[in-house]
Amino acid sequence: MGKPVELREDIFKGTEAAVELLGYEKPFKAQVELKGRITKDMIEEISRIKKEPEWMTRLRLKSLEFFYKLPMPKWVTGIESIDLEELILYVKPEVEMVKDWDDLPRDIKEYYDKLGLPEIEKKLLAGLTTVFESETIYARVKKHLEEKGVIVLPLEIAITKYPDFIKEYFLKIFPFTEHKFAALHGALWSGGVFVYVPPGVKVREPIESFFLIGRSAEGQFEHSLIITGEGAEVTWIEGCSAPRLSKYSFHDGMVEAYAHKNSFIKIVTLQNWSKDVINLNNKRGIAEDNARLDWVEGSIGSKMTYVYPSTILKGDYSSTRNTVIQLAKGPVLKDTGSKAIHVGRMTKSKIINKSISADGGINVYRGIIRIVRGAKNAISNVECEAMIFDSRSRAHTYPHNQVDEITATVSHEARTGRLSDVQLFYLQSRGLEEDEAKSLIVLGFLDEIMIELPFEYVNILSKVMQLEFKKLGGYG
Amino acid sequence: MGLEVLNLTVRVKDKVVLRNVSLNVDYGTIHVVMGPNGSGKSSLAYTILGREGYEVLEGDIRLDGESILNLETHERALRGIFLGMQDPPAIPGVKLSTLIIASMNKRIGVSDLTKISDPRIVKTIHKVASEIGLPMELLQREVNVGFSGGERKRSELFQAIVLEPKIAILDEPDSGLDIDGIRKVASYIDSLRSKGRAVLLITHYARMLHFVKPDIVTVLIGGEVVARGGPELVFEVEELGYETIRKKYKGD
Repeated sequence: MGKPVELREDIFKGTEAAVELLGYEKPFKAQVELKGRITKDMIEEISRIKKEPEWMTRLRLKSLEFFYKLPMPKWVTGIESIDLEELILYVKPEVEMVKDWDDLPRDIKEYYDKLGLPEIEKKLLAGLTTVFESETIYARVKKHLEEKGVIVLPLEIAITKYPDFIKEYFLKIFPFTEHKFAALHGALWSGGVFVYVPPGVKVREPIESFFLIGRSAEGQFEHSLIITGEGAEVTWIEGCSAPRLSKYSFHDGMVEAYAHKNSFIKIVTLQNWSKDVINLNNKRGIAEDNARLDWVEGSIGSKMTYVYPSTILKGDYSSTRNTVIQLAKGPVLKDTGSKAIHVGRMTKSKIINKSISADGGINVYRGIIRIVRGAKNAISNVECEAMIFDSRSRAHTYPHNQVDEITATVSHEARTGRLSDVQLFYLQSRGLEEDEAKSLIVLGFLDEIMIELPFEYVNILSKVMQLEFKKLGGYG
Repeated sequence: MGLEVLNLTVRVKDKVVLRNVSLNVDYGTIHVVMGPNGSGKSSLAYTILGREGYEVLEGDIRLDGESILNLETHERALRGIFLGMQDPPAIPGVKLSTLIIASMNKRIGVSDLTKISDPRIVKTIHKVASEIGLPMELLQREVNVGFSGGERKRSELFQAIVLEPKIAILDEPDSGLDIDGIRKVASYIDSLRSKGRAVLLITHYARMLHFVKPDIVTVLIGGEVVARGGPELVFEVEELGYETIRKKYKGD
């Protein structure tokens, strides 16, 4: 591929929606801040502050060992220049976890108000947790779901309440041994949510978790674990944002999902970090017999993003639909790719990747379809569509198929289009300015995601995209 | 009042495509520009809309007496000039309904372009679509993506009506249509005139002009105006052909 985006390049100067919404970073008081070389002592201190059981401390230390042992993965370009010792790796804000918005300090609550979260929660969410810096500061689930045994808890609390249960899944779906940043995550994880839907319970409204990075030079390592019992159903929405930061921050989160027999999980991510966040998110799920695990990702913000939502189709008749829409506008790199590993018979995967590259942005699709021997009659279909707005911008596609089963059907379609002068003229002749014309095209691309979202989110996303393409100015 | 093109000379790259062209399109009239392929008809339309690459060397374009040469394309559109293109491009990602709603919102100053700001907009869209026989299903499809030639023409005409421009420039709105299609298009163009709009109708063939009677006819050949007259000029062109017309009026 071409030259990667320079990390040290000047901070993005264009309009960006995250900053339009959240403004600039404001210093918040922290009770605890840890930075410097990541040592055994540091990890033990995090564990001590969190009052964790010993098994978790051991797991963290084991992860740390691997972090130092594992090489830098080849697929990252740019991350190696982050100086982890410069980052504050754990920030416990001076806030206690609350169940009422009004109990939050005003400045912090203001962020959530600007994002419209309290309103959305009231109207349409079954449950909501919010992570600020390294800790969960708000968690609530609606009563009728609590009564049915639905659990929505900060992962830290879940660990002490249901240790044996959590142990079976935590860092087992996505082992920390897999790559250097998974190991780093295992050592430093903090904040995140545990969602459990018991067998037969179908949660109709989505459950949301919102992650906010409030300061520069911070590392956020939240971990979320979503599990459905047999025949259960849930949609989990994860939102991410940050105000304009004065220096880069680093996000190395993880999502693990487990869909038991006949159950359905849909995970929707709306990533709108400001353009000073380097975003790596490790996402993997397992689907048992006849279960379905869907990923939907709207990747709008961040400076660099590395996300590869993956599903292991373990059970017969299990399926996945994986939709990623990515926008790289300005000096931005989006390296994403969906993965499906077919193990069970009659398994199905459908992957849709759409990208828009503008103002020098680079999009990379790096997908994997693996069909192991014995995954009889597995079907996989991949569709990639890239839209490039100008000659400075790029899109690359690296699909990789490994098919060891003769009865499998695998197909891949890829299309790349450039916005032509005549297309732009046509839209302008309808009264639209250049940036408005572009934002309409982008919104059209996002349609695949819009149909997965409740109406309120569609409105927000539409507003966010129009802000993204507003004329330059105001910053820098 | 209306649209005035005054002594316009236009260059695209290093080729002069229009030379000293003048014409008026008054409100409540239909001005037809006829000419063979490559005569500069579409260039005239593009220049009126300020398309990039169409460099005005001399002359002026005025809307209601005011020069619009310094305005950008979208500003000209917002002042009420509409161009129905001969071969409109496909716009993947943008639904026809979205385009129209955005376009209407822009006109009335609604900042969220995708929002349906007034339920009457939807009503109008549906009413006009059913009037001109545009399948509703087309509204939900991406603009011109997979549209047949006829569907493209219908969609352009549909926009020309629904967006209520002051000046409607229609570039070959009849090409690719059958006789019934042409008859319909002609009657809508006629209705634009009776609503007091100014229509600049660009066409290669005279056949459409059997159904709609123009007020003024200008023949454009090689980027120059070679003849101007009333509706009778249409039949002369039809009878003699462009080559003879050129010889007759230009005398060479």
